Amino acid sequence: MATAELTHEVQVHEEHEHEHHELGFIRKYVFSEDHKTIAKQYLISGILWAFIGGLLSMLFRLQLGFPNMKLEWLRPLLGGWIEEGGKLDPQFYLALVTMHGTIMVFFVLTAGLSGTFSNFLIPLQVGARDMASGFLNMLSYWFFFVSSVIMFGSLFVETGPAGGGWVVYPPLSALPQAADGSKLGLTLWLVSMALFIVSQLLGGINYVTTIINLRTRGMSFTKLPLTIWAFMFTAILGILSFPVLFSAVLLLFFDRTFGTSFYLSEIYVNGEALPNVGGSAILYQHLFWFLGHPEVYIVLLPALGITSEVIATNARKPIFGYRAMIGSLMGITLLAFIVWAHHMFVTGMNPFLGSVFMFLTLIIAVPSAVKAFNYITTLWRGNIVFTPAMLFSIGLVSFFISGGLTGIILGNSALDIQLHDTYFVVAHFHLVMGSASFFGLMAGVYHWFPKMFGRMMDEKLGYVHFWITFVGIYLIFFPMHYIGIAGFPRRYYSFTAYDATNSFGDMNMFISVAAMITFGAQILFAWNFFYSMFRGRKAPQNPWHSNTLEWTAPIHPEHGNWPGEIPPAYRWPYDYSKPGAKEDFIPQNVPYSATPESNLPHENEQIAMEKEIEGMIDSQNETYKH
Amino acid sequence: MATHAIAEPKHLWLGGVEPMKASYGKLMMWIFLLSDTFTFSALLVSYGLIRYSHQSYVGKSADFVFSHAYWPIPEKVFEAVPFLHGVSLPLVFVGIMTFILIFSSVTMVLAVEAGHRMDRADVEKWMLWTILGGFTFLGSQAWEWGHFIHGTDTGTAVKELVNGQLVTRTINGANLIENQYGPQPFADLFFFITGFHGTHVFSGVIINIVIFFNTATGLYDRRGHYEMVEKVGLYWHFVDLVWVFVFTFFYLV
Repeated sequence: MATAELTHEVQVHEEHEHEHHELGFIRKYVFSEDHKTIAKQYLISGILWAFIGGLLSMLFRLQLGFPNMKLEWLRPLLGGWIEEGGKLDPQFYLALVTMHGTIMVFFVLTAGLSGTFSNFLIPLQVGARDMASGFLNMLSYWFFFVSSVIMFGSLFVETGPAGGGWVVYPPLSALPQAADGSKLGLTLWLVSMALFIVSQLLGGINYVTTIINLRTRGMSFTKLPLTIWAFMFTAILGILSFPVLFSAVLLLFFDRTFGTSFYLSEIYVNGEALPNVGGSAILYQHLFWFLGHPEVYIVLLPALGITSEVIATNARKPIFGYRAMIGSLMGITLLAFIVWAHHMFVTGMNPFLGSVFMFLTLIIAVPSAVKAFNYITTLWRGNIVFTPAMLFSIGLVSFFISGGLTGIILGNSALDIQLHDTYFVVAHFHLVMGSASFFGLMAGVYHWFPKMFGRMMDEKLGYVHFWITFVGIYLIFFPMHYIGIAGFPRRYYSFTAYDATNSFGDMNMFISVAAMITFGAQILFAWNFFYSMFRGRKAPQNPWHSNTLEWTAPIHPEHGNWPGEIPPAYRWPYDYSKPGAKEDFIPQNVPYSATPESNLPHENEQIAMEKEIEGMIDSQNETYKH
Repeated sequence: MATHAIAEPKHLWLGGVEPMKASYGKLMMWIFLLSDTFTFSALLVSYGLIRYSHQSYVGKSADFVFSHAYWPIPEKVFEAVPFLHGVSLPLVFVGIMTFILIFSSVTMVLAVEAGHRMDRADVEKWMLWTILGGFTFLGSQAWEWGHFIHGTDTGTAVKELVNGQLVTRTINGANLIENQYGPQPFADLFFFITGFHGTHVFSGVIINIVIFFNTATGLYDRRGHYEMVEKVGLYWHFVDLVWVFVFTFFYLV
């Protein structure tokens, strides 16, 4: 009976696969359920968003670097946002910094980074045919898409997009009458974020489930590439912290629309007392930062995972401290949930509570340092191949360290009270979270481009792109520390009113010029990306001589990733330059019985396991039948 | 599914097998519920924070009157039962509601159990009872809301400063911007949190109806298993569990 049922199901399965060849354009490229297509959709959306977000920063850098400049030439683009005298509208300046932050944090470094690489790499690296639910995965992208459309649309609203900073603190954001940036633009912001959270949830549930349930035979958790570990913790962070923002956003929406008093109490606007009594604006900050802080790691962990993979591959060495790397990811994930109030040292919280959060915050330095040292020790005496991806990964390590050091300063409540909301903070998080994650994204794109599109990106252009960006980012953000120490608050429209603040005008000008050059260099990347997609050199099967399973799939993987059986995993993914081995890499699907020359004693014992792993083929195929 | 002749793998976490034999759908439901726990936790934490930034009523319970000066005693707010106008029955009605919801969880368990036996008629029967329980709860909540919005017979007189003059005004019932029972956030939180929970119950009832329909048309018999009933059961139990917390926070503490 079992056989009869199995043959029946095989037939169903074949018919099922037959269907996939008949997919029309819409199902194949637009409403696709294939994880590779969805990953590319996320990537291209992310790149488009990155350029929009970058362009917004160029506009406010013009204002900060050249406060007296006549901006009439921008009128065709910005219309009424350029005032009569040719100056940028101050309200619009606030909207610019708000939207720059929102776009970069959520739409580029969350959706564009984790959305792209979790989708692309999880099935390919754990050895699965696709995500656990292709349908939910598709929904995840299209929720993100609708959220993007709404957020983009808010840029064209008459009163402008949201303008309360990317954190949209009430009471400012709860009172539409308080500022232009709190009117329709902010309503759209809230709607867009709610949809974005749904998208993240659908994606995250899929990622975790796929990693738990669809690992190929032999792929135990301790044989997973560090990318997968990082994506899993990222997804867990998102699953547990985004819903809190969801609640916060809903309550804010009620305060704005229905006159409730969750965040409002005892407020005057334009000399008129509002009836709202009893709420707490600080409550919003607690809820927001309960997401906001994990969000930092949602952005950073995938980049660290990608870096682990790229550095080990291109240093031709096993990653140093594989289990310590997992442990540190886990440590960061746990700590991420219990440090949020270090963003709120100046809200008048109990100083004792502040010192607790300070203590917890400073502990993060430990797992972070484990990661930094492990990267450096992996590079140490390695046979380094400087591919563009490798350069971006090393750049990430550099930013992670230099930005992380200032994190230790800011984590101290006594110091933070001085530096809070100054450019010192801006410099800190742009280095450690913004630039480091951006470099992780870039490393990932350069490294997995051949797998995504079957073609290579141009290396020379990649080097030029890297060096201008790397040097440029330091030129932008290093001077910002000084401006911050000098007491310059962030989000201010202009510093020209007093001589004392005027004295840093030159430095702001310098930063603006550096920012524009760096932004310009990204056009090289865009050109390289889109040109190589169609005209790049054809990619070989395994261009970086990497061990992970995605390189065993065909150069252009079909739906289902592997044409025959899914390869098993017999060893961890970091057997690079193993003494005695014929080549300097041994892919994960090579059994120990095939490499007696390089096996360590305990690995010879693993040979006995190979039969068992092979025996799991049936149960593995079974998992795809429901 | 149970008929497969595949040997039980010895190594649950070695890959190539679903650990804990949980299908991806069930796993996804569990993870979603974990996520939703945080949504509700955020709301209940907000409740706690706002609640304890207000004064509690100190005096004797018998002397209690509604006032904006302190948080109300729940027994004094929720003491009405349909058809028993004017009789003070603190927390009786909400107790009945809670019982109904928990009872619908029991019938859901029986539906899941019937699914394991592949007994279509029993699944149908118990799903219907569950749906009925859900609707009854929602109806009761509608009445509870209606009463809360409508207010007590006399209302509460409040003194307000309008254009520099102290004016006395009577408030009847509560809505999102007025509240006769106590500080405004009490009503706001009541409406928001019970409403958010009610939305969950409502969507649960809708899903239950879909499951009932699929059962009745024999979809799960053809599929060979009733796992969908189990997955929806998880959601339904979760919604019940959340109610226990909402109940505790709003009515008991």
